[in-house]
Amino acid sequence: MAKPASGVSLVPGRAQGATFVLQDPLSFWGGLDAASGRIIDRWHPQHGAIIAGRILVMAAGRGSSSGSSVLAEAIRLGTAPAGIVLMTRDPIVTVGAMIALELYGKACPVVLARADDWPLIVASGRISITAEDDRATIAVAA
Amino acid sequence: MPMTLSDLDRAHLGGSSGEAVRFAMRLLVRFAEAVGAERFVDAEAAHIDGCLYLGQVSLDFVEHLIRLGGRVRVPTTLNVGSLDLIHPELFRGSAQVGSAGMRLMRAHEDLGCVPTFTCAPYQTIFRPRLGAQVAWAESNAIVFANSVIGARTNRYGDFIDLCCAVTGRVPYYGLHVSENRRARVLVEIAGLPAEWEEAGRACVAVGHVIGQRCGDRIPVITGLPANTTEDDLKALGAVAASSGAVAMFHAVGLTPEASSLADALQGQGPEGVVRLTAEDLRETVRRLSTVPDDAPLAAVSLGTPHFSIEEFARLMPLLEGSAPTIPVYVNTSRSVLGILEAKGWDERLRSAGVTLVVDTCTYVTSIMGEMSGAVMTNSGKWAYYAPGNLGIEVAFGSLADCMASARSGRVMRR
Repeated sequence: MAKPASGVSLVPGRAQGATFVLQDPLSFWGGLDAASGRIIDRWHPQHGAIIAGRILVMAAGRGSSSGSSVLAEAIRLGTAPAGIVLMTRDPIVTVGAMIALELYGKACPVVLARADDWPLIVASGRISITAEDDRATIAVAA
Repeated sequence: MPMTLSDLDRAHLGGSSGEAVRFAMRLLVRFAEAVGAERFVDAEAAHIDGCLYLGQVSLDFVEHLIRLGGRVRVPTTLNVGSLDLIHPELFRGSAQVGSAGMRLMRAHEDLGCVPTFTCAPYQTIFRPRLGAQVAWAESNAIVFANSVIGARTNRYGDFIDLCCAVTGRVPYYGLHVSENRRARVLVEIAGLPAEWEEAGRACVAVGHVIGQRCGDRIPVITGLPANTTEDDLKALGAVAASSGAVAMFHAVGLTPEASSLADALQGQGPEGVVRLTAEDLRETVRRLSTVPDDAPLAAVSLGTPHFSIEEFARLMPLLEGSAPTIPVYVNTSRSVLGILEAKGWDERLRSAGVTLVVDTCTYVTSIMGEMSGAVMTNSGKWAYYAPGNLGIEVAFGSLADCMASARSGRVMRR
């Protein structure tokens, strides 16, 4: 991305960091340990990895609707990703991040990227995301 | 795209319906914008899965609503909690989770929710009608409501389900809209394993494949066994919603919006075709087990989703003969427990060594305790989640296999 890509802001906030690209969709419920930020779904190819503090790049959400609580709890505890980039709208991720913002004032911005920009986002090692109320940008970070 | 708000929505947002409604409606509007909904419609009912204690945030949210004077405005059922409130002695988790879990379940009752505490609310008197617009959470219940009943809900999750219940409104998008309920992927069962007499394993196998292969695209299934029951479709949906983001499926001749293949496809062609042979189904079922035949077992767990009275009717004859040598747990709802008591079946089950678990489920809370050996189940959903949730080995088999294995203490599959 020579210049920042635009996206849709699902949950506002700013974040930057090393990306963590999910190889398969992950259900936070049953798949993420909120106490440690570790992937615990043993069917998942990245089982055992820690996603805390990373920019989580995920094509789509998956699994049980209780995922919102797990994500919100991880944000409260500081074990969550710093931000999340999606290619498909996912209400479970959106709500989890929104509740943490409402109840605790802790931001984990969620941005919907365009399919055209996806290959570049996946290839970027570090990105920054800026999500305001009505618009969002995704840029390669230094 | 701008949202169109009704006078009622505006009253809710403006605070004239109370502070809790204002808070809930504000969240709902942001959610609706995030999913691209253009307006709200009345919800006939809600099903809430936020009563399972997943951490401090679960309590913080509900107690915030109570402090603001919140009360649900539509009939609202509750999903499983962390404890069996009828048999609290079964809980083996920490005292902190026990007391917070109980507080959370009671707090939902304080909001006016009905204490059903079941993941199968569709098998209670609160079963919605065909075409009802509802706000349901719990992935298996969502699939069942859409697919088997023809009620209409999206995959609502924690918090938003309760926001819909407190406001009586639900965003109109996705599966609330007729044309979005069209099947996209044709799943053809080309052959069934001849050795599978009952439809349970075939349904679990198909459900697992759908979750992995269809993502959130609605499948239409042809070729399911003729003897497929409502409980088999429940198992199919439950595993599909575990291995994937499935919110709805059609099964030609079995589900209400699929009287024919053309009906399910709404007159269009499928975008993709998945063809499954008998060997595909066998292989899928094999992969659900993490231990081989003859492996030692620590317990058997049935009833994920919660066992219906019809499933108990199939279990009862399998209790004849020698008693199980390992614990057998069956998860069910307190309403089904009431029917068991009326029939006297609860006594028979307990005397045959079965532990009945209500209000919760063996895969979400500490009931089974320390175990040496695998756990066997006939639930694809339980087999999918238990290794990660509980850190244990799993064997999957039919109901009859599970009960035969409970006697020998080893995995036995016909």
